[in-house]
Amino acid sequence: MLNKIAQKFLFLLVTLIIVFFSLLPFIWFFITSLKTEVEVTSIPPTLIPSGSLNFYRSGIEQYDLLHFVKNSIIIAGLTSIITLVIAIFAGYALARLRLPFKRVILGSLLVVSMFPQISIAGPVWRILQSLGWLNSYQGLILPYVTLTLPLGVWIIASFFKELPDELEDAARIDGCGHLQTLFRIMMPLAAPGIFTAAILIFIYSWNEFFFALLIMTQRDYQTLPVGIALFQGQYTLPWGEIAAASTIATVPLVLLVFIFQKRIMSGLSAGAVKG
Amino acid sequence: MILSLQERERAFGLILIIPTFLFVAIFSLYPIIYSFYLSFHRIILGLPGLGQKFVGFQNYIDLFHDRIALHSMFNTLIFVFISTSCEIILGLLIALVIHQKFKGRGVVRAAVLVPWAIPTVVASQMWRFLFNDKYGLINFAFFGSDINHYRAWLADPFFAFCAIIFADVWKTSSFAALLILAGLQTIPDELYKAAKIDGASGWQRFTHITLPLVKPALLIALLFRTMDALRIFDLVFVMTQGGPADSTNVLQFYGYKKIFAEGLMGYGSTISVFVFLITLIISIFYIKAIGSRLIEDKI
Repeated sequence: MLNKIAQKFLFLLVTLIIVFFSLLPFIWFFITSLKTEVEVTSIPPTLIPSGSLNFYRSGIEQYDLLHFVKNSIIIAGLTSIITLVIAIFAGYALARLRLPFKRVILGSLLVVSMFPQISIAGPVWRILQSLGWLNSYQGLILPYVTLTLPLGVWIIASFFKELPDELEDAARIDGCGHLQTLFRIMMPLAAPGIFTAAILIFIYSWNEFFFALLIMTQRDYQTLPVGIALFQGQYTLPWGEIAAASTIATVPLVLLVFIFQKRIMSGLSAGAVKG
Repeated sequence: MILSLQERERAFGLILIIPTFLFVAIFSLYPIIYSFYLSFHRIILGLPGLGQKFVGFQNYIDLFHDRIALHSMFNTLIFVFISTSCEIILGLLIALVIHQKFKGRGVVRAAVLVPWAIPTVVASQMWRFLFNDKYGLINFAFFGSDINHYRAWLADPFFAFCAIIFADVWKTSSFAALLILAGLQTIPDELYKAAKIDGASGWQRFTHITLPLVKPALLIALLFRTMDALRIFDLVFVMTQGGPADSTNVLQFYGYKKIFAEGLMGYGSTISVFVFLITLIISIFYIKAIGSRLIEDKI
């Protein structure tokens, strides 16, 4: 009996520690973003901020925060849409149609997604430069679509795979063409999988930093991660503004995670192991 | 021309995968080959007048005499080894916890996912602030208000490296946990019940049922984490810029600096090829170990 209580207590303790450490840095930055200049640097640290929105105001006015937000929304949004459309086609073909070399294709997609970015960075930069697309939305969206396609195809293919054969056969017998079967019958059924892929692709392109840093050298086109990484004050680092910008970049993602926790977990494992 | 049903299906399928193929070919495969080509040339971005001179293996010879490059490779491998080991162990612990049934499990699972969802750049800034030498929370946790003892963690070669590992483990253990959890969920409950009836202790059930059956998932998590850790960049860029004294310099950061800060497109591409080859060798090794099960399950 005593043993059982001790076990329960230990389990609770471990769970609390995990949750505490998972959330601590984010919560600390969130608190910091609501402080005043003096509170940010005070020792002992101020635990309860005065709730000033000063850093958000100066972030928006002096550092042009909203403009980074706009670029991020455009780039992550368009990337998600384009990748989804292409990944639905490929995912359907690989999961439901008789195609040669299916396993080779899926395997190579997996390998491609593991390339370190540096191994393609120079050439991608040169291609974009020759097209005049450095510092343009399409210049970043095209590499992002390539980088997110493996994830998208894997998730969507695994959801298509789970649908029963009968529906497709029935549609064929009723005279539906291939395209009609895909759009009218299969896509609505795989909608949960497509939505899951959309969330993951959006998070990936919202967070990506390496290519954004190379391709967007002009402030006008930079995304939130680049803006946050390159934050510079006149003399010291503007921690308050960095915390405010970080909070703005992170809150949408934290909301997504808390609302769609189940989908994200099933999607991530579908992308890697049998889900 | 009349096509049979099967031929028509095949043609339709091929058309559907063409867009994916084009994107991957243009922005992934061609750049890899192009990197090989560039690595045999001397190209300096700031001096276009020099043109592209073919230099054979000169860049590769230089690379193996470049102390910072070798040091960065060493750092990268040490980083990969330590961080992935910690992530798999912590990931297993987290997975075991969130696999249990308890009230509020959904919230705990979401909380665990937060580090994974946060942009790495933001996470890097958070940890840089927590490790701050004058008002960082970590200094306060160790030394209280005794400011004289405060350490400049990120200015010390050893602690800066530890800080990067720490931040990476924090950020990515949850991803490892997720993959491991998927493995735990495939273990049937009956096995545990039967073992219990046979009088197996909790520890015995863990070592004789859980561990062997979750092994494939552990390997997959290890594969994904290794590949991802090999391309560490964001944390180093924001937290230390490779310093102090190159103690946190890693291959992807060094390559980035050579190509884009110093404009050495040819020599930098040699680093790109080198990183690519290391990754390829490690991934082939893993995929051989895991087997084609990964893909067979799918199709």
